[in-house]
Amino acid sequence: MNTQEQVVPQRRLERLRKGWYKFSRNPISVAGLAIVVVVAFLAIFAPYVSPYPAHAGSFVDFATSASAPSLRHPFGTDAFGRDILSRVFFGLRYSLTMGAVVLSLVVLPGVVLGLLAGYYQGTWIDTVIMRVTDIFLAVPALILALAVCSVLTPSAFNAMMAVSLMWWPWYTRLVYGLATSLRHEFFVQSAEVIGASRWHILFRELLPNCVSSIFTKMSLDMGWVILIGSSLSFVGLGAQPPTPDLGTMVADGAKYLPDQWWIAIFPAVAIMITVLGFNLLGDGFRDLFALEEV
Amino acid sequence: MSVLKFLIKRLIYSIFVLLGLSVLIFGISRVLPGDPVRMALGARAPQWAVENMRAAMHLDQPLYAQYWYWLSGAVRGDLGQSLVTRRQVSADIAEFFPATLELALFAGIIMAAFGITFGAIAGRYRNRWIDNVIRIFSYIGVVTPSYVFAILFVLLFGYLLRVFPTIGRISGGIVRPPTITGLMTVDSLLSGNFVALGDAFLHLVLPGVSLALGSLAQQARIARASISDNLNKDYIASVRSFGVPERVIMCKYLLKPSLIPTMSILGLDFAGIVANAFLVELIFNWPGFSRYGVNAMLNKDLNAVAAVVMVLGMLFITVNILVDLGVAWLDPRVRLGTERGK
Repeated sequence: MNTQEQVVPQRRLERLRKGWYKFSRNPISVAGLAIVVVVAFLAIFAPYVSPYPAHAGSFVDFATSASAPSLRHPFGTDAFGRDILSRVFFGLRYSLTMGAVVLSLVVLPGVVLGLLAGYYQGTWIDTVIMRVTDIFLAVPALILALAVCSVLTPSAFNAMMAVSLMWWPWYTRLVYGLATSLRHEFFVQSAEVIGASRWHILFRELLPNCVSSIFTKMSLDMGWVILIGSSLSFVGLGAQPPTPDLGTMVADGAKYLPDQWWIAIFPAVAIMITVLGFNLLGDGFRDLFALEEV
Repeated sequence: MSVLKFLIKRLIYSIFVLLGLSVLIFGISRVLPGDPVRMALGARAPQWAVENMRAAMHLDQPLYAQYWYWLSGAVRGDLGQSLVTRRQVSADIAEFFPATLELALFAGIIMAAFGITFGAIAGRYRNRWIDNVIRIFSYIGVVTPSYVFAILFVLLFGYLLRVFPTIGRISGGIVRPPTITGLMTVDSLLSGNFVALGDAFLHLVLPGVSLALGSLAQQARIARASISDNLNKDYIASVRSFGVPERVIMCKYLLKPSLIPTMSILGLDFAGIVANAFLVELIFNWPGFSRYGVNAMLNKDLNAVAAVVMVLGMLFITVNILVDLGVAWLDPRVRLGTERGK
């Protein structure tokens, strides 16, 4: 009795260690993890690591307006004389928040709906859920999110809500596909025969077998959500000035091209690196779990 | 399953999806706090004018009645009046849609041609230097927002090198071809106006390539994965042992089955291109449907927003049906209904 209780966490630890070993052997996933860790660190500690934290707000200093990258301002300054490096750090903060908020709102309902539709495959529950999903997937998320944002007051919060409203169907579709193939497996049928409750089958039998796919998709989606969020801001439907936002900074900086190239280019590079990090990490997970789709 | 039966089934289903989409977008466009009519007419318009316009647009009636008016109009091709341009939305769309279609088709052709070629090369020469170069570039392509490509291209080719025009569809001094299809390059070709053809083509290059690159990289990654998967399959080894030349193996035995996964995501890629056109058309001042859509959204032009979304829904449904037909043509398992089509 006592030994059995000890064996389970030990086995879990062993599995975790093996997983980490496999993960760390893949340079691509390690690079992705490193990028994500650095970006997250910079974002979380933006007030402490940025050279001019005050420049994240509505700071104005026309004496240093639009100065080229130098030792004092490694990424240069924008038209208001604000340090771009500091604003990029604070912009990362908004981007990561956007990704985290959207995913935390989206994954649970998306997954539950997918499990339900997959388990009740062929019944009216499946039909209703999957047909509604199809409607949301008929038009790209970016366009529907733009449409939602357009009727709301433009703000960071509304942008997150709009993207969330359009993102859950991807999880429903992913989990639906997994659940429909799993529900005829022996372990599910055995559980049914023993008389396990629906709840048990959905969340204790089906869900654990979907976790690795969901996890991988979340890692990739962090990148995509950040990309879509920056697109919304680029058009002016995201966070409003003076809040530092990478998409807005690129849009503003584009006006000063080609002479003051640093205003647009550094925020753009920051978006690219962040998305790259989550992408590499997601690919690493995909290889680790040996997943075909996602 | 015959092709006809498949088509009919898909079309009936598409009507259902479009109806659902219309409910969704109608719902979204009517949750607006504030008064769209007041916004369109301005703060100083007299109250009776606002009332009149509201009655004319049926905005004074309950929501389900408004939806019914809108839907029955939409079925007849009447998508209502734009609150901003004051023209029929359907007329606006007819004017702007071909420009975006031309751009998206051009980007789609670049994407498919180069994406598959690069992917095939990388997959064939897996883990050699050329594969690594292509993989690095495809990562960069996937993670770069298309509006960043657009800005970089304007900077590089428009200002510094001055090789490509960066504004609009055609230069001012050139005689425009008569509108036949609405696609500037095709119209120039049909009317034999080769000066316009060249100019319109040059205008397509930068916006088209900035739109294509993201999906191109995605295509290359998928093509690489499926080629390198198939490369290790037994049938390739047996064909090779028969002494079939490598070139024939590559083109005949390897490429065709490997195209199935790239073909299946074509619909998604095309959707991505059109979605990104919403930003890229703004940057290149491309007088297209997507720029019209963004402006409608920024101006809270409800009828136009709803119409834009509906037209896009129809476009993507059509594209997806075409993609499914293409996959069926490539994949005998689907065509003969032995696996997926059961």
